[in-house]
Amino acid sequence: MNEIVVDGEPLPYTEGQTVAAALVAAGRVAWRTTRVGHRPRGVFCGIGVCFDCLVTVDGARGQRACLVPARPGMTVTTLEGDDD
Amino acid sequence: MTEPADLVVVGAGPAGMAAAATALAGGLRVALLDSGTALGGQYWRHPPEHARAAVPTDDLHHGLDRYRALCRALAAHRTAGRLDLRLEHHAWSAVREGDGFAVHAADRREAPRETAVVLRAPRLLVATGAYDRQLPFPGWDLPGVLTAGGMQALLKGGSVAAGSRVALGGTGPFLLPVAAGLAARGVEVVAVCEAAHPRAWLRHPGPLLSNPDKWAEGAGYAATLVRHRVPVRPRTAIVAAEGGERVTSVRIASLAPDGSPRPGTERRVEVDAVGVGWGFAPQLDLLVPLGASLTDSADGNAVVAVDRGQRTTVPGLYAAGETCGVGGAALAVNEGRLAAASVLADARATTVPMNRRLAALRSAVDRQRAFARAMALAHPVPPAWSSWLTDETVVCRCEEVTAGAIRTARADGAPDHRQIKQLTRAGMGWCQGRMCGPAVHCLTTRHRAYEPAERLVATPVTLGALADLDEDPPVSTASPVSAASPVPATSTEPTDSSETDKECP
Ligand SMILES: Cc1cc2nc3c(=O)[nH]c(=O)nc-3n(C[C@H](O)[C@H](O)[C@H](O)COP(=O)(O)OP(=O)(O)OC[C@H]3O[C@@H](n4cnc5c(N)ncnc54)[C@H](O)[C@@H]3O)c2cc1C
Ligand code: FES
Repeated sequence: MNEIVVDGEPLPYTEGQTVAAALVAAGRVAWRTTRVGHRPRGVFCGIGVCFDCLVTVDGARGQRACLVPARPGMTVTTLEGDDD
Repeated sequence: MTEPADLVVVGAGPAGMAAAATALAGGLRVALLDSGTALGGQYWRHPPEHARAAVPTDDLHHGLDRYRALCRALAAHRTAGRLDLRLEHHAWSAVREGDGFAVHAADRREAPRETAVVLRAPRLLVATGAYDRQLPFPGWDLPGVLTAGGMQALLKGGSVAAGSRVALGGTGPFLLPVAAGLAARGVEVVAVCEAAHPRAWLRHPGPLLSNPDKWAEGAGYAATLVRHRVPVRPRTAIVAAEGGERVTSVRIASLAPDGSPRPGTERRVEVDAVGVGWGFAPQLDLLVPLGASLTDSADGNAVVAVDRGQRTTVPGLYAAGETCGVGGAALAVNEGRLAAASVLADARATTVPMNRRLAALRSAVDRQRAFARAMALAHPVPPAWSSWLTDETVVCRCEEVTAGAIRTARADGAPDHRQIKQLTRAGMGWCQGRMCGPAVHCLTTRHRAYEPAERLVATPVTLGALADLDEDPPVSTASPVSAASPVPATSTEPTDSSETDKECP
């Protein structure tokens, strides 16, 4: 089983899945909060147009989790204000 | 491929694949690029090639024979060095350069690292498809509420279901494959809420009778839904979603013919995920800045205007598939072929006599376009949909602009979604109005088709990738930053300052 590291915790994924698919498969549909209302957000459009699913990947902020393929050992940080 | 391409095709969905295959068969050298990890676009969305065994999704597909034939043809031309296939390449701008075009793309095969790439050719074919059209409702921004297409993308691309008890809502036949796919994966689909009534189709008997393949596909989904006891409810809508950290229930109401909820019919249904879609909005980001004229489509969207050979109003620029109006994969394939036939004819600068195959292709496109038009008329956005909004309902998800704020701006005289954007920031955030644009448009002007705002870039690109360019950076704000270290903020981090926003002088 492959794993990515999400907020310091290992998260298994199936080869070929995006970071968003791996998170949803693990039962997570929200992983970020909005700037103004601090509303929880996760995957919405699934194809890279809504930007609801933003995460930090290997230190690069503002990445759309629904577009980035999961890779072994990839570090994903959620919850920080990617909306800033 | 070492020699330059004769044609760049952006988008490797049904339209772009068919176009590339036809152009290659006609002897042209083609560069085909797509942001996805596999060929197929939305209809034939697949996991990347190397992961097909780990993520089986073939059972969710239709027309796989055609997909595989196109894949084989493209693979053969690639081996022969005539096709330059660029997956995981996001085109962020296309510009005229001399007699031809330069397509600027971010190569994201090492994502999150990006490298800038420029592909040039005398001719450009844009087949960038569409995205789900959304209408807001109270609770639509709760986690677990997805676009119907988003649910389908998770299923087809990763074999992942977004929930175990799902309600679907909106309008159009696309809700059926989503419901069937979820049901086939063991999801309990508690309701498919279709705002329209199937009777509306009977007003278009011609296109109905002349497109039996559409009915065959529809009947297949219907059979799956009956087998899994999925209720399809005509003239109903999901008018609200409720929950906290995640959606836990929806409110479903019967609709009057104008789309307003019938009093006393509302009921609450427990769910853990929701999928909604009101048709699709074409992805015109590369076409509008090139100056291609638009035209109105029956579904209320502006689409790119093309002639009978898929030529846009810009010489050398062609379009195929859902950028020309939403009409399904079979139409997209035929338009792709037709567009490539025009490219071939124009490239040889001779008048190619209209042969029988071309005539058959054109008549198929006409027939399928007529079906698409009937579909749009049978599944309109219900005129009174805004009656299910409260003043607190978020309309713009990015900037968290409420329906109340938009109503106020409208009362203050804002005539369209562009003015609303200036007054309220709706459409100024990350998605640049892709999600809220059609709704804000409907809330202000109903008599015109929705035209997306012109966007400077089709997709965000890092300063690092821009600095990579071996020529003058096309965006003057690009600063020389090492490409090796991904830059946190994107240059296009959408328009917090109005200077980068074309609409705010
Ligand atoms: C999320 C979603 C799911 C859908 N699922 C189905 C379905 O299951 N069944 C069905 O009948 N219809 C479905 N549709 C409708 C579908 O769009 C069409 O019927 C069909 O796929 C249209 O083909 P196309 O080639 O015109 O566009 P698409 O299939 O949308 O292909 C467009 C391609 O262009 C690429 N692209 C777009 N912009 C860029 C860019 N800037 N740079 C690089 N590449 C780019 C995209 O990645 C995509 O692969 C879906 C639509 C959406 C939005
Ligand atoms: S879910 Fe919309 S951009 Fe990722």
